[in-house]
Amino acid sequence: MSTTGVPAFSAAHPATGRVTQLGVVRSEWTKLWSLRSTRWTLLVAVIAMAGIGIIISAVQMSHWSQMSAGDRASFNPVDVSLGGWNLAQLAIGVLGVLVISGEYSTGSILSTFAAVPRRLPVLWGKAGVFAVVTFCLMLPSAFVAFFASQAILTDHHVQTSLGAPNVARAVIGAALFLAVIGLLGLALGALVRNTAGGIAAFAGLMYVLPGLNALLPASWGNAISPYLPLSAGSAIMAIRPDPSSLSPWAGFAVFCGYTAVLGALAAYLLIRRDT
Amino acid sequence: MIDVRGATKRYGEKVALDDVTFSVQPGIVTGFVGPNGAGKSTLMRLVIGLDAPSSGTVTVNGRAYRDHAAPLHEVGALLEASAIHPGRSAVSHLLALAQTHGIARARVDDVIDIVGLRDVANRRVGTFSLGMFQRLGIAAALLGDPATLVLDEPSNGLDPEGILWIRTLLKGLAAEGRTVFVSSHHMSEMAITADHLIVIGRGHLIADTSVADFVRQASSKIVRVRTPDASRLTTALAADGVSVGHDGGIDVLEVSGLSAEQVGQAAFANQILLYELTPEQASLEEAFMHMTREAVEFQGSAAGSDRAEPGASQ
Repeated sequence: MSTTGVPAFSAAHPATGRVTQLGVVRSEWTKLWSLRSTRWTLLVAVIAMAGIGIIISAVQMSHWSQMSAGDRASFNPVDVSLGGWNLAQLAIGVLGVLVISGEYSTGSILSTFAAVPRRLPVLWGKAGVFAVVTFCLMLPSAFVAFFASQAILTDHHVQTSLGAPNVARAVIGAALFLAVIGLLGLALGALVRNTAGGIAAFAGLMYVLPGLNALLPASWGNAISPYLPLSAGSAIMAIRPDPSSLSPWAGFAVFCGYTAVLGALAAYLLIRRDT
Repeated sequence: MIDVRGATKRYGEKVALDDVTFSVQPGIVTGFVGPNGAGKSTLMRLVIGLDAPSSGTVTVNGRAYRDHAAPLHEVGALLEASAIHPGRSAVSHLLALAQTHGIARARVDDVIDIVGLRDVANRRVGTFSLGMFQRLGIAAALLGDPATLVLDEPSNGLDPEGILWIRTLLKGLAAEGRTVFVSSHHMSEMAITADHLIVIGRGHLIADTSVADFVRQASSKIVRVRTPDASRLTTALAADGVSVGHDGGIDVLEVSGLSAEQVGQAAFANQILLYELTPEQASLEEAFMHMTREAVEFQGSAAGSDRAEPGASQ
């Protein structure tokens, strides 16, 4: 390292500018992609979303001859092809938590808030960048999964097409649902400011609540079940009407509502709390 | 120009800062000294709005830090040098900061060159030494070409060459008319680097003084004299405000209340032979500890705060 010479503090290039939301979005874009862990996690989500449905379709076709008539009747070619969301949601949700909790655990939130002391633009910037990146990666992944799976399902002529009722909504809905899952993780990470706590909160809301709900008296449980985050949000991928769950868009709206409430609480605390 | 008015910061029961008032002027290096846990880092966090004061105000160039349209252009801060995501390169870290303000990419390269990190600019900072972290933190502070610099222990972890580099850098920044506010618990380092000192202990302002005055106060008034004629000299020096004590041998006197010159003149006028005439200099480190210890004793248990730097609580 060279340490000699007179330092030229105000060197050749002037440092002028001001904080703008667009600038903060660029900054968050740089932060997201400059971490190897982020790139790997997103790659896992893409492979899961695009690949798992294809594998399940192939397995189903190879076992088709041994399946019961009832199983064949209830076979859902869309569910099978989009099955990868089950793993993708975990990768995206955890990454959503990490996008902000990682700044607290490493202390880089100090530099971040020193640059943007009003703080809220940071939260909006992270949310915007992460939701758009997630959606833009998950949408093509979902289409790849869908078309490749349908091609495999032609073996036994049980495929469907994008033009069939509700199918396009389900495929696009998978990407939408995953983008909002990412935002839910981000809101929880911003609230808890701790990676382990944020991931625990995310898992608790999404996967533990249904288990607890199942222990309630059936009449309560059945009434609550459609409103649990996971069942509400995943309704957008439903093909056949299900009386035990909310309608696709109503369910998705409920899930967005939960996320918005947690996000608003995170925003309020972000400007109130000391760093 | 940093203006601190009646700043008080409580963390729960603990009082980290208690009604502190001072200002930091441009064009000079202002050293901010105090023992560990005195509240230095807490005050610096208030300056850049990371924490909010419980009462009082802290402004930079006339307004609260968060009310500036381009905060990085007003204040460059180094608080915790290693508080950077270890998986990111120095370039990515600085670029992300620059982009918030629309600062050009070329400026990032400028500051990397200023701090001498060119060779490791694209390496993950998780592999950095403490000294490299300090340099990266200073690069981040210089990024916005700020009028004010707030640096918490910038020479921490640097080798002697690095410490000299920091000293030259800070003096150069001040000479350009910037406000330079730098904390340290090494009094001797501050005595060389700084022009002005803010001393705090246990969250209280203890001194707001020029380094020259501090050094003058720190110099003890005691003159050590060795003479074969101690009793005659004692008589010759007798005056109001002068005390003469014995130290060590019978021929050694410790005179307070007179300068070495005055003692020499008195001896010369009375034809008293002197073997030694030494103004005794207390070290700055001793003077500093004496000053902060007094503050602690004066406060007694009223403040009762052992609170360490706030970073430790997270």
